[in-house]
Amino acid sequence: MKDLVPERYALAFRLYPYARSPDQDTPAPPRHPVVIVGGGPIGLATALDLGRRGVPVVVLDDHEGVGLGSRALCFSKRTLEICDRLGAARPMLEKGVQWNLGKVFHDDRLLYEFNLLPEGGHGFPAFINLQQPWFERFLHDAIVAAQAAGAPIQIRGRNRVEAVTPAADHVALDVMTPEGPYRLEADWLIACDGARSSLRNMLGLGFDGRVFEDNFLIADVKMKADFPTERWFWFEPHFKSGDSALLHKQPDDLWRIDFQLGWNIDRAKELQPANIRARVDAMLGTGVDYALDWCSIYTFQCRRMERFRHGRVLFAGDAAHQVSPFGARGANSGIQDADNLGWKLALVLAGRAPETLLDSYEAERVQAADENILNSTRATDFITPKTAVSKLFRNAVLELAETLPFARSLVNSGRLSLPCTYDGSALNGPDCAQMPARSRPGSPCPDAPTPEGWLLNRLAPGFTLLTVDATAPDSLAAHGVQVPRLALATTPELRDRYLGSAPGAVYLIRPDQHVAARWATYDAAAVTAALARAIGKEGSC
Amino acid sequence: MLTTEPNLTRPDDTYARLIASHDGLTEAESHAFNARLILILMNHIGEDAVLAEALAQARRPA
Repeated sequence: MKDLVPERYALAFRLYPYARSPDQDTPAPPRHPVVIVGGGPIGLATALDLGRRGVPVVVLDDHEGVGLGSRALCFSKRTLEICDRLGAARPMLEKGVQWNLGKVFHDDRLLYEFNLLPEGGHGFPAFINLQQPWFERFLHDAIVAAQAAGAPIQIRGRNRVEAVTPAADHVALDVMTPEGPYRLEADWLIACDGARSSLRNMLGLGFDGRVFEDNFLIADVKMKADFPTERWFWFEPHFKSGDSALLHKQPDDLWRIDFQLGWNIDRAKELQPANIRARVDAMLGTGVDYALDWCSIYTFQCRRMERFRHGRVLFAGDAAHQVSPFGARGANSGIQDADNLGWKLALVLAGRAPETLLDSYEAERVQAADENILNSTRATDFITPKTAVSKLFRNAVLELAETLPFARSLVNSGRLSLPCTYDGSALNGPDCAQMPARSRPGSPCPDAPTPEGWLLNRLAPGFTLLTVDATAPDSLAAHGVQVPRLALATTPELRDRYLGSAPGAVYLIRPDQHVAARWATYDAAAVTAALARAIGKEGSC
Repeated sequence: MLTTEPNLTRPDDTYARLIASHDGLTEAESHAFNARLILILMNHIGEDAVLAEALAQARRPA
């Protein structure tokens, strides 16, 4: 019999085998509040967020689990904080590798070492290295736990979307399964189907940007070497294994090795194990015992859709925007998309916020995508200079970096992925000039220790009124939204991160832990107005 | 603001030193030298707006 939904790639973990849904036997297409297409990290995180908010969600994936290959590797602090809010971060932290020390080489010379020395007083490290299949598996484990606690999440394996038909108040989908086709409808459709998004193509939407003419060979190598847990980056390495090279540690005795190959290469030849081994041997030196675990050659682009919201279809993750891998901004920015979208869609579905709140998802995440594309493009231009003069300055920076500290700040092999501050967002309310810039409206809340645990763990799933040495009621209710208060007394960290020179502080914090507005003292009318603004009820009429 | 009025304490000496420091360099080495020098001076100036003005002045056709 013909396989109606053939597998396109091998699986690392089979997590949600195909099972017939009652939807396949109903005469009229059933309607769901939210359908998510794509069971990758962004689809799973979005489903988990919505499900934990009580929103029924159906995930359609054309496979039955997580694809093989380590792919995304560096997960940032903000991603871990979001996953912690979703109940998935602890196993990630336990399995992931933490590192602080990096070394930068040019040719055969060590230019300098850097220690990230992350700021103390945060619940999570700057980032961890973890293979993408494990990241997805831990998200799926959290979904299973949430389902057991009553979260209305369904994942349907080997359900491939064949056609999408947008209407004014819903989206209709034609879905193929191993047992044949069926139809269903969604009030809202979220496309998390990756950089080659078939939904984007079916809707005829563009994906414009810049293509980088370079190929990178990625080799995951298994070895029990006593290499230190450090990130090593070579520019123009002496071992001639590529124009640049990267060595990075993963869990399970795996090492990620990246070689920059240039544009005109013979792909098939470069992927032959003997040729990969020759490059790895040159890098590691002779006599190192290792096995090739997974290899791939990739090229990349920096591009994004013009709009992330098309009526009742919302795009998130790589489907909406794509960056080069330098700086770890792919999966990390996609998780922030999910973080931004979940609470907004839940409020709209509950009838507590206007549909236009979803336009702020687009505005804020387009701003973030542009920031990520800018950072990623700059790192790529430094690693692979496009003109002779660009290379001249790049190498001048590298030569100076060995002796002059200032030049090290110009070496760019990928900047640490930091979450976007939504400056200028329509949801932002009043600011207070005495308080630190890092927690201004639009910023993700900086974590801090409190006597009862980490600050971020103490924020409510919805809005929170955070007070530091300020009086306010224990909770307020306005516009159909309950806002509990979290009352804290000053500590050195809270002074540094929230108070500044103000004697007290009142912060209105969004469900995605971004600051909506802040004041030196509590004023009921001001807080209520800022809440209205933060849920899109102001200025939209 | 970018200083465009005379500011060098010993202009002729400094200029001669600049030219002399290229002695014996090939053209490629001179270019690399200039690139390093620009980066060092840029860092000393520091202010992005001043450097933007300097870059615009240098780009202006003679």
